[in-house]
Amino acid sequence: MTIEGTTIHRETFVINLGPQHPATHGVLRIKLTMDGEYIVDAEPVIGYGHRMHEKMGENRSYTKFLPNTGRIDYACALSNGHAYVCAVERLAGILVPERAEFLRVITTELNRIASHLLWAGAFLVDLGGFTPLLYTFDDREAILDLLESVTGARLTFCYFRFGGVCNDIDEDFIEGTRRFIARMRSRMPMYHSLITHNVIFRGRCEGIGEIPAETCRRYGATGPVLRGSGVSYDVRKAEPYSAYPLFDFDVPVYHGGDCLARYLVRLDEIVESMRIIEQAIARLPEGPVMAEKVPRTLKPAEGQCYFNVESARGNFGVRLVSDGSDTAYRLKLRSPSFSNFSLFRECSRGSLLPDALALLGSLDLVIPEIDR
Amino acid sequence: MSFEKLKCALATLAEQGIDALLIVDTEHAVTGTDLEVTVLPENVTAAGRILYQANYTLEAITGIDWLTQGRIEIVYDYTCFVSGKRVTVRTFVGREQPQLPTLSGVYPGADWHERETHDFFGVLFSGHPDLTPLLLPEDADFHPLRKDFTG
Repeated sequence: MTIEGTTIHRETFVINLGPQHPATHGVLRIKLTMDGEYIVDAEPVIGYGHRMHEKMGENRSYTKFLPNTGRIDYACALSNGHAYVCAVERLAGILVPERAEFLRVITTELNRIASHLLWAGAFLVDLGGFTPLLYTFDDREAILDLLESVTGARLTFCYFRFGGVCNDIDEDFIEGTRRFIARMRSRMPMYHSLITHNVIFRGRCEGIGEIPAETCRRYGATGPVLRGSGVSYDVRKAEPYSAYPLFDFDVPVYHGGDCLARYLVRLDEIVESMRIIEQAIARLPEGPVMAEKVPRTLKPAEGQCYFNVESARGNFGVRLVSDGSDTAYRLKLRSPSFSNFSLFRECSRGSLLPDALALLGSLDLVIPEIDR
Repeated sequence: MSFEKLKCALATLAEQGIDALLIVDTEHAVTGTDLEVTVLPENVTAAGRILYQANYTLEAITGIDWLTQGRIEIVYDYTCFVSGKRVTVRTFVGREQPQLPTLSGVYPGADWHERETHDFFGVLFSGHPDLTPLLLPEDADFHPLRKDFTG
């Protein structure tokens, strides 16, 4: 660069973020080329948590792969299981009883709230505020206790079966869920005054890490990232599945495209999920929770299908190819974090390092889901 | 662009020959997609460009190894945020030297999906800026999702 005859050498240096770093929430590495405090290039290096789930889906029977689905996105495990069982049911032509669909919706939405609470706490830690984490984990704990009572697990759920769910809920669960929702409703104003209206939080989020809607489309970003950029797209509305068409809920959209917009989308989604759960509990039909006559060895007809669900992070898809045997011929897992993270390199360019970390946190990445 | 117009534009690319003419309306409730298009490998970029102009987003790229047929199927999944419609574009390349043009010039998001497909199937995407292993170790010279891969 030459300004009025003097030559200015632009000096850059490389720093390594991760793979073990508190802000990456897992084993994720980013090779940063810096010009002072500004990012010239941020090259993500992923794959540290790669377990080849897709191959595992191809060398064991459908039933044996089920527990894997809880280990792809550990923060919203039920959504992944939902996509997988629905894809298999679609190919095998299994009809699920209505009560089971309701239970799937109730537990998945509880899981979504838990995931958003986990994110909110962790995101604030990224920004340097430790206190909110203690509150969000307190509320999340109540959900995990509820889910444990019905699924038997606290994190890596394997609750759905081909044709229904493995366990019916009881009065205690319903009562506990009602109590949780009442409590969570009373906590929302507290979260807004503790976090949303906090001056330091606003300073770190407002106008920071802006992602244009067009960038989301070019990279295939979905979920709260997309809705924070002003696009009203939610798989639960665009391609209604399970019992979702029966419930009345809104898709929160914010147009800022910044970290604050993504935060507000997730907080509003907690409220919407509570609305869905309340309706589902109020209208819960009686009946069995498993379809009758689901064969012990499942052999879906030869063919292919794709099934998408809205997980806490966005559009999670399962593409299933069956050759008529008891094992999938090909299982493709389309994870939202993978696409959401791929725009990081472009969007972090030219920003300050602390702002890029705010952007990274606001994407709500679950690294094992990227790596699969 | 309306869905019908999009279909006409894609129909010009749809390939005849392998498996007959392939642009098929499918029932979303059965297959999870609204339109299946099979094109020749050299046309995947053109198909991508049409879908890009029609406001579609690229959701995923993946492969399917058909060992007995001696070819690899590459599947592109597109969806539209506005209409919620879904389009699947497929193409076939030989197993011996699988090669087709990259889509990363149209959709930058294709970059990682293609790297992943290269990792798992050994498919070469010509024109790709950096086809180094993404999920596998940096010195990986194996392709685990090929059906003849043995540990």
